[in-house]
Amino acid sequence: MSVELLADKLSSSFIVFENELNGETKTDLHRIRRESMELFEKKGFPSIRHEDWKYTSLKPVLKHDYKVFHKGDQALDFSDIKKFFIHDIDTHKIVFVNGVYSSWLSETTHQGYDVCTFSAALRRHRDVTDRYFSKAADNSSAMVALNTAFAQEGAYIRMTKGASAIKPVEIIHFTTEEAGSLLNQPRNLIVLEEGSDVQIIERHQSLGSKPVFTNSVSEIFVHANASLELYRVQNDANTASIVDHTSIQQHRDSRVRTAVFSLGGKLMRNDLNIAFLGENAEAHLDGLTLLDDGQHADHHTRVDHRVPHCNSFEMYKGIYDGNSKGVFNGQIMVRPHAQKTNAFQQNNNIILGEKASVDTKPQLEIFADDVKCSHGCTVGQLDDEALFYLRSRGIPEHEAKALLLYAIGDEVIGKVRLKELRNRLHKLMAKKLNVDFQMEI
Amino acid sequence: MEILDKITKSDYKYGFTTDIESDKAPNGINEDIIRLISSKKNEPEWMLQWRLEAFAIWQEMKEPEWANVTYKKPDFNAISYYSAPKSKKVLDSLDEVDPELLKTFAKLGISLDEQKRLSGVAIDIVVDSVSVKTTFKAKLAELGIIFCSMTEAIHEHPELVQKYLGRVVPRTDNFYAALNSAVFTDGSFCFIPKGVRCPMELSTYFRINESGTGQFERTLVIADEDSYVSYLEGCTAPMRDENQLHAAVVELFAMDGAEIKYSTVQNWYPGDVNGLGGVFNFVTKRGICERNAKISWTQVETGSAVTWKYPSCILKGENSVGEFYSVAVTNNYQQADTGTKMIHLGKNTKSTIISKGICAGKSNGSYRGLVKIGPRADNARNFSQCDSLLMGDGCGSHTFPYIEIANKSAQVEHEAATSKIGEDQLFYCNQRGIPTEEAIALIVNGYCKDVLSQLPMEFAVEAQKLLAVSLEGSVG
Repeated sequence: MSVELLADKLSSSFIVFENELNGETKTDLHRIRRESMELFEKKGFPSIRHEDWKYTSLKPVLKHDYKVFHKGDQALDFSDIKKFFIHDIDTHKIVFVNGVYSSWLSETTHQGYDVCTFSAALRRHRDVTDRYFSKAADNSSAMVALNTAFAQEGAYIRMTKGASAIKPVEIIHFTTEEAGSLLNQPRNLIVLEEGSDVQIIERHQSLGSKPVFTNSVSEIFVHANASLELYRVQNDANTASIVDHTSIQQHRDSRVRTAVFSLGGKLMRNDLNIAFLGENAEAHLDGLTLLDDGQHADHHTRVDHRVPHCNSFEMYKGIYDGNSKGVFNGQIMVRPHAQKTNAFQQNNNIILGEKASVDTKPQLEIFADDVKCSHGCTVGQLDDEALFYLRSRGIPEHEAKALLLYAIGDEVIGKVRLKELRNRLHKLMAKKLNVDFQMEI
Repeated sequence: MEILDKITKSDYKYGFTTDIESDKAPNGINEDIIRLISSKKNEPEWMLQWRLEAFAIWQEMKEPEWANVTYKKPDFNAISYYSAPKSKKVLDSLDEVDPELLKTFAKLGISLDEQKRLSGVAIDIVVDSVSVKTTFKAKLAELGIIFCSMTEAIHEHPELVQKYLGRVVPRTDNFYAALNSAVFTDGSFCFIPKGVRCPMELSTYFRINESGTGQFERTLVIADEDSYVSYLEGCTAPMRDENQLHAAVVELFAMDGAEIKYSTVQNWYPGDVNGLGGVFNFVTKRGICERNAKISWTQVETGSAVTWKYPSCILKGENSVGEFYSVAVTNNYQQADTGTKMIHLGKNTKSTIISKGICAGKSNGSYRGLVKIGPRADNARNFSQCDSLLMGDGCGSHTFPYIEIANKSAQVEHEAATSKIGEDQLFYCNQRGIPTEEAIALIVNGYCKDVLSQLPMEFAVEAQKLLAVSLEGSVG
């Protein structure tokens, strides 16, 4: 199937989608959907001729004949999928199987704050969805427009004023073998009202061997004094690909920590946009990429300092083995008059594989003079002397290498504030490096 | 604020025109004009064919728009592509040079006489696209060094020109390179034979004098095996209301073991405080390094309304080295999009990039660079540093470094920082009795030291003065 055919299929699917909505087609929200579809039809899928997609081709992902509509609840046994949850602690759960909400596996809440689905919010909290839908995401991106056009299901989290989540929220999307090739387009809306806080973990997991393509969009609004932690674990099957776009708007005195762990999957593309709308806000953007044969990860971050006195700290680390490919594009924008901005960015890459490659483009655009902005970027190998030191003390080469790589990964993993997740990531990393340190973390 | 006013009103020091009779082609570009240029210069048939092919290529091309600059595109049919000072006779000594022209040079601060006697610099001066004078030619000839104008080289060393012209920057490379290939009128040619170390700095001074002309010069430097040459290039243009176009092509060849050091001080007219006028500087510069060769680019960019320039190195041979040192100053409405490309193809190749941007007024400065390490370039090493200094909040600084690594043994480091002149630094100077104005000059010079120290002595002094003039009081 060609890229054009898939685009055509999506156009006709949109008409089917519209027909099933009945009376809803006259709403403002649907007007946005329809405009987005027109936009997507005009633009088409991005190709490597677009500057933003210069190093990442979607062609190998788009050649499959994906199913756009999803069939009802697939029975999954919790014991089979338990390992994908942080099961040692209690969490709120929003679980989707093949793109359909699974009430059986989920644990939602409406007590004090809302943790439920986007479709439920469309029915019950229309005022909130109308206020926030499509207000942060960058619709000029064709992939975002496509998601917006079909926006119907996803996670909805609304922390009311001053609310503090009693436990972390887990969002997991499963796809099963029976569902076949699937195009999944979740749409998340997360609103943190003044002074609230929440920890969120998101994950996409393919349980089958068929190609799965997820085109996800998250819009996140962090109001004054609120605090958000958002962790993403990408450790999917080598048949699964994801294009994720996350836009976060931060108001006065808000705090945001995001971390993405790209450890597995055919293609992982993460667009993360953070915009500061209020003074004295702070954002931490972290990423760890650990790839092997046939995997591709692309991180595009954009931090937009629109107002004075905001701080952003960015640290992306990558380790590339086999013929994997890593891309990093980090843009820091400091608008006129956004004085006293601090923006730091770091991107370190280690190439292990003969055929592995890294393309990186740290980008600063500064329009204010009283700022401190810097970026650093390295591409290299493990330090021979450090390796020699370890080996001279009797540590075998394989383990010595793993230890050094582990240390690099730990700089990112160590910043995760949720202990159980941190432990899990440590174990995952040790497994990827094929070593067992036999340590209790 | 008072000082800020002063700078914005400080005039372009080199804004004067010289009344030298010049022979100018009618405006516009077409095959006839190219034939006219070619026949005026009495060129052989192969050269004309080469130009016409380039023109055909150019017509197929579109003007590039990816650069981070905005400007009114030049009307290529409103430009005269040939303008030569009328004194056409061949000159043997300085005494025969048009005295008006000599005065011009004196105003520019490059007294030929003095340079000739004191510094032993051989200068090839290009005024409005025609090379006027090459000094020290005889002395260089003794060593087998050829240093002459491009026109002369086409006549006297056609085999060399044919072999190398367009080899590093092909006519198909980009829009302006194609245009230059079609209409270039003159430039400098330099050949250093095997094992020769050029005893003096070779220098070219460009100046656009005639209004409504474009300057299209072509420079070709060939350093044969194990030779060494240091080449200087300086540019100025008189004050004009309309935008003048400068689209040059520079090609460098460093054969096995050779070293080329290429320094530029660019001070074309930057336009007035309202951004009116000024030179469009669209230049393609590229060098190729064979085994153990080294190419070092040093540039101080203070002029031009719009600059679009990426001196690059193709590190083809093993152990070859590429270097790029740059200071780019923009003020008022100037825009500069400049940087370098380091393309590592051979094993054990090394490159260093040091770029310092200084932005003031309402200007925009961009660093755009590419470091590419090919799959066969084992043990390649790159270090890049691109810093920018902002003065005032009306200006913008941008960095677009592209880093493409396809070899696991590569070591690449890149760092960039943007900041303003520290208030504590200024306070420290003030407190010790150094006025703010001088303190800024001091700090800026220190900030650019890494680059300025790469310039040959004569240029370093001029560059420091230029920096001071360009930034006079731009911090209030």
